[in-house]
Amino acid sequence: MLSLLQQSHSVLNPSSPQTRLIDRLWDAMYFVSAVVFVLVVLALLLSVFRRRDSEAAETDPGQERSLTTAVSIATALTVLILFGFLVYDVAVGRQLTRGLGKDALQVRVIGHQWWWELQYRDSVAQNWFTTANELHIPVGRPVALELLSTDVIHSFWPPTVSQKRDLIPGKDNSLWLQADTPGVYRGQCAEYCGQQHAKMAFLVIAQRPDSFASWLAAQRDTALTPTTQPAIRGQEVFLASSCVMCHAIAGTPAGSRIGPDLTHLASRRTIAAGTLPNTRGNLAGWIVNPQSIKPGTRMPPNQLKPADLQALLAYLETLK
Amino acid sequence: MCSRFREGGAAAGQRGRSFAALRMTAGAVIVLVACQREERNFSGMPPSATSTMPAARESGLQPGPSVRSTSINGPYEQNAYGVAQGKTLYNAFNCSGCHFQGGGGIGPPLMDDEWVYGSRPENIFETIAEGRPNGMPSFGGKINPDQIWQIVAYVRSMSGLLRKDVATGRNDDMQVRSQEQAADKAKPVQSALPPSAERQ
Repeated sequence: MLSLLQQSHSVLNPSSPQTRLIDRLWDAMYFVSAVVFVLVVLALLLSVFRRRDSEAAETDPGQERSLTTAVSIATALTVLILFGFLVYDVAVGRQLTRGLGKDALQVRVIGHQWWWELQYRDSVAQNWFTTANELHIPVGRPVALELLSTDVIHSFWPPTVSQKRDLIPGKDNSLWLQADTPGVYRGQCAEYCGQQHAKMAFLVIAQRPDSFASWLAAQRDTALTPTTQPAIRGQEVFLASSCVMCHAIAGTPAGSRIGPDLTHLASRRTIAAGTLPNTRGNLAGWIVNPQSIKPGTRMPPNQLKPADLQALLAYLETLK
Repeated sequence: MCSRFREGGAAAGQRGRSFAALRMTAGAVIVLVACQREERNFSGMPPSATSTMPAARESGLQPGPSVRSTSINGPYEQNAYGVAQGKTLYNAFNCSGCHFQGGGGIGPPLMDDEWVYGSRPENIFETIAEGRPNGMPSFGGKINPDQIWQIVAYVRSMSGLLRKDVATGRNDDMQVRSQEQAADKAKPVQSALPPSAERQ
C-alpha cells in the first residue's frame, strides 16, 4: 500500500492508450489556452497604457478601420480555435468508444456500498468466478467492462488507465480499457455514494499475459479444504457464525452474495476496498469491529472467542 | 408625522418591542423543537448464540402470582435509518423467500393485523432469534442482534405499527406493494396457532 502511494496516480501521468489520448487533448487545450491568455493580457495592457490623443482617435478614419480589422481577425481566430477543439474532442471521444474485437476480456463490475464486485466471464460458464476490489488485466489486450450498480450511483475511475464512467442502478453501462505497461494502478469511486465513499477504492493490476493466465487459473479454482488443525476449526467457525450470512467461499456451503467473495481472500493486497493492507492483524481488527475502521459499513461487529478468532484468521490465510 | 407617533406612543412602543421579542422567542422555540437530528448508531452489539434479553411473553397467563410485563422497546422503532437497513436485510437474508414482500406465502403474512407469536418488538426479536415451530429457522448467533432489531423495526413498519415518517418511503427494486409509509395502522390481533402448529 505504501509503495502504491509513492507512484503518481494523477490523470497527468497516463499509462494506457486511452488516457494518453485524453492527456494529449488536455495538453493541446492547455497550451493553446495559455497562448491565447497571454495575448489577451498583452492586448489589455496595450489598451491601458497606450497614449490617447483624445480628439484624434474619433476623427481619424484610418485608425478606426485598422481597429475593425484587428477585432475581426481576433474573432475569426477564436471561432476557428474553438471549432478545432470541438473536432479534436469529438475525434478523441470516438476513439475512446470504438467497438472491440472478440478477443476482449469481459468483466462485469458491480458497485456496492462501499466495495467493488468483479465477475470474470468466460464462454464456459464453469470458468466464471467472482472477486472483489482488484481488477486484474492482461497487458496489451482490451478489457470490456460492464458497469452495474445495485444500490446508488457509483463511478468507476482509475485515472491513469481509463476514463471515468458512472455505474447507475437499473442501467447497464459499458467501458473499455487497456494498459500498456505492467503495474498497479489505483482507482476510486468518483461519485459521492454515501458515508464511506472515500474508502471505496480499487486496484487495477496489469500483468504480463502469462502471469495473468496463471492468476486466472488460480482464481477459477475452488478454495482448498483445510487440512491442519487451526484452519479446520476456522472453517467451522466461519460456517457457524454470522460470516456465512453475507460471504461466499467456493467449495464450501457458504454462497451468499451480499458481501465480497472470500474464495481467494488471501491473494488480495487490501481489505475493505483498499482501506487496509491485507495483513493478519488488520483482518482481525476488521472482523471484530469494522465500524471503528469504516463507520457505517454494512459489515456488523463480530465478537468471537479469542481462540475462534485465531482459528478463523488461520483459515482465511489459507484462502490463497 | 412618524416622529410624532413615536413620541406619543413611547410607552406603547416599549411594550410592543418586548411583545415582539417574546413572539420571536416563542417562534424560535416552536421551530427548534422540531430540529431533532436522527442519530445513526454504528457500534452495534456483538452477536451471541443466546438472546440477551428477558424472555418475551405471548400472553398474560402464567401460574402463580401475576408479574408485571416488562415491555422492551426496540432500539430502532423511531429510527428511519435503522428501518431502511432492516428493509435491506429483510431481502438480503431472504426473509422474502418465505414471507414474500409481507403478503406471506410459505410463511405467514407480515403486513396484516394477525400475530401468532405477538406483535411487540421483543416478541418479533425472539421469533427471529429463536425460531418458531413449522419452518421458521433460528437466526440467533447468525445475525447480529443489532441487525435483528433493525429487521424487527422493518417488520413492524409493514403493518403500520411505526410512525409514518420513520417507515421507508421507497423501494430499491421494482414496486411490488404500496410503501410502508402508506400502510394503515393495523391493530394487532392475537391469532390462534395454525392447525399445523398445534399438532406438534
